[in-house]
Amino acid sequence: MRTSEVNRTTEYTLYHPRWYRQRVSTYWWLWKWPYLKFVLRELSSVFVAYFVVLTLAQVRCLSAGPEAYAEFRQWMKNPFFLLLNGVSFIFVLLHTMTWFNLAPRAMVLRVRGARVPDAWIAGANYVAWLGVSGGVAWLLLR
Amino acid sequence: MAKKPMEPFLWGLFSAGGVVAAFLIPVHLFLFGLAFPLGWLKPPSYASLHALLQHPLTRVYLFVLCSLPLFHWAHRFRYTLYDGLQIKHLNEVITVFCYGGAVAGTAFAGYLLWNLP
Repeated sequence: MRTSEVNRTTEYTLYHPRWYRQRVSTYWWLWKWPYLKFVLRELSSVFVAYFVVLTLAQVRCLSAGPEAYAEFRQWMKNPFFLLLNGVSFIFVLLHTMTWFNLAPRAMVLRVRGARVPDAWIAGANYVAWLGVSGGVAWLLLR
Repeated sequence: MAKKPMEPFLWGLFSAGGVVAAFLIPVHLFLFGLAFPLGWLKPPSYASLHALLQHPLTRVYLFVLCSLPLFHWAHRFRYTLYDGLQIKHLNEVITVFCYGGAVAGTAFAGYLLWNLP
């Protein structure tokens, strides 16, 4: 049998056949707490970006002089910004806690062949976090 | 896909930014965004903050604090739009917007901190 004969008898569909697939709603994550938590955690990144914009604005005002910086501080007293900062703070805390709680799975530490318990790794992160935060606060408040 | 080799690099930036954001952003946001404006704590004077900003280490610190978390945002937000809202037909636009935004923000931060008076 020649190859051309084989080719003639084989029928290829031009497109991949579609199999039945249930349409997933755009809001699939709204109705189950673990899914909602996942999306909220991912959305925390938006508030991280907001913080960066805020910080760059602060540095800019700080370098522009005392009047500009006083204006920045006045902006921060505006209820809109206070609310936004409060919401952002909650989201950033969500990021910090979920990040630390996942750390043991990202890095598996072994000491003398035995795996370091997850709680120790997460705990070490929390302790380091308190230390770093305390250091930053001390630098700014002293 | 030609873009795949970039993925580990972008994930590395995402991860590093996540660490910086987790450790440093809460205290900054709490102090400057809530505690100082609401009068819970006495804010540092303009002179002392300005003096702090003169130090090269502060500038490096602020650069890292701004740049890496932007890449963290870019990576996470990109996949939030992709999986969460299933906006798959705009994939290229979203990728350019997210990483482009992070690169632009990093460039602006570098420019600003380098040229401080």
